[in-house]
Amino acid sequence: MAGIHVSNRVRTRRRALLDWLAALLFPPVTRPPAPTEPSQLKLGAALQLLTQSGHPLPDLNQVGSAVWLQAVIDALCDLSSRDPLTGLGNRRQFELALAREVDRVARAGEPALVLMCDIDRFKSVNDTHGHAAGDLVIQSVAQSLMECVRPMDTVSRFGGEEFAIILPNCPPAFGQTVAERIRRKVEQREVTIGINETLNVTISLGGAFAPQWVRSSATLWIERADQQLYRAKTEGRNRACLEMPPVSLVSAEEKGMLFGHSQFQDFE
Amino acid sequence: MTTPTPSPAAATGRRARILAVTSGKGGVGKTFVSANLAAALARRGERVLVLDADLGLANLDVVLNLFPKITLHDVFTGKATLEDAILPAPGGFSVLLAGSGLVEYSRLTSEVREQLLKIIETVAPRYDRILLDTGAGISDVVLFAVSLATEVLVVATPEPTSLTDAYATIKVLATQQQRSAISLVVNQISRAGEGRVIRGQLQQVVDRFVSPSLPEGSAPVKLELLGEIPTDTAVREAVQKRQLLLESLPGSEAAKGIVAIAAKLATP
Repeated sequence: MAGIHVSNRVRTRRRALLDWLAALLFPPVTRPPAPTEPSQLKLGAALQLLTQSGHPLPDLNQVGSAVWLQAVIDALCDLSSRDPLTGLGNRRQFELALAREVDRVARAGEPALVLMCDIDRFKSVNDTHGHAAGDLVIQSVAQSLMECVRPMDTVSRFGGEEFAIILPNCPPAFGQTVAERIRRKVEQREVTIGINETLNVTISLGGAFAPQWVRSSATLWIERADQQLYRAKTEGRNRACLEMPPVSLVSAEEKGMLFGHSQFQDFE
Repeated sequence: MTTPTPSPAAATGRRARILAVTSGKGGVGKTFVSANLAAALARRGERVLVLDADLGLANLDVVLNLFPKITLHDVFTGKATLEDAILPAPGGFSVLLAGSGLVEYSRLTSEVREQLLKIIETVAPRYDRILLDTGAGISDVVLFAVSLATEVLVVATPEPTSLTDAYATIKVLATQQQRSAISLVVNQISRAGEGRVIRGQLQQVVDRFVSPSLPEGSAPVKLELLGEIPTDTAVREAVQKRQLLLESLPGSEAAKGIVAIAAKLATP
């Protein structure tokens, strides 16, 4: 017991000495006060952007708190990844999502499709009916695209009158059907551009599947879908062209034999 | 363990046996098998090097809980020597990690091809065995890495997608690389003997569809079951602790399976 007592005392003394040395060598840093006062932050422009875009502002009762700041940042992130006209993801968000999909496909080997869609003869819409009508057309097409896809799919405004869709886990056999459904939906929808004035527009689509066995890159994938879009345009517009999916390495017959007989029959 | 010094093997002109570890589908435990098999072989007295042949996309560093400062990338770019990049791993073997900077190399250029070849030529005389941990799928990088190996090991699980992809891999290796002997490890089996049944099933399909399609005079493709690894909660436990199963839970059933595979590899 005495031993423990002594050693505790020595330890206490040694600790005090060390603390003193530490204080001498590393004087306490005077930190600037936490930015709790919103006046210290120059958020005017950010908040103005959010207000202007109609984004709900973070809870005003918590102004200056970390939670509030986080909410402002989240709102700005959302704003910077969205296209203001259609509410769809913008090109930045699309590229992020596509890079993620490339990684996922490389790992899981699931088929995934990218569709590039372009409104046919959009320039003439603008020239004939004005830019306001053009905006309405873009909004209407965006709406049609959204109505044709699954919740897991990503629809983005790629730029101008061009849209891009990522369809994860889309079997090659369904690709043409999906693209065709989208094409028809747009073709059938009437866009109201004024009182008793409607317009019909069409789109061309180009699609490419992620290569299952070769690791792709987002750029290459978009390029391949774009080539198909170009083909759809040159073949007369208002159509969907998909890159021929690579012939599967394993035929149905081989699969049948691999799984046909119960492989665990020895145990049943 | 440090980098082995030149040994009698080098003096007698012997070189390492190079084993490529691959799988069709990702997530079947390929890297887990590579790392633990290396540890089991090291225990048998072999000097083993595991090379991340997935060029930065393998999870070898994660499995081994290593944070290398110098990687293959630095060797490729001339910033470090090969000796500096070879690290001792926890299981008593050496590793050569690619580093995430190599993602840009995931498309195989002739430069990358030459660099990899040179590195393997340099290290081959210093080790008894080199394991090439390749990526999932059959990308050109994976195929090239496998082409450098004397033996190839396909890791599969009894899951249907894994089996289909394993079969596709075997088919490509047989037709494009004229491999007539391919080893198989069945991971995550639920009953003893399941690996044997799966090998039989794969062999049957190979006999029916792959071997007859080879050029006349080719040897029929033979699959050898190197071993099976049972589904074992110990594996999850070790992976979560980021430790080698052979180090942390050597008595587990899965660890015993790996030790048996090492024994079979060591005594052909």
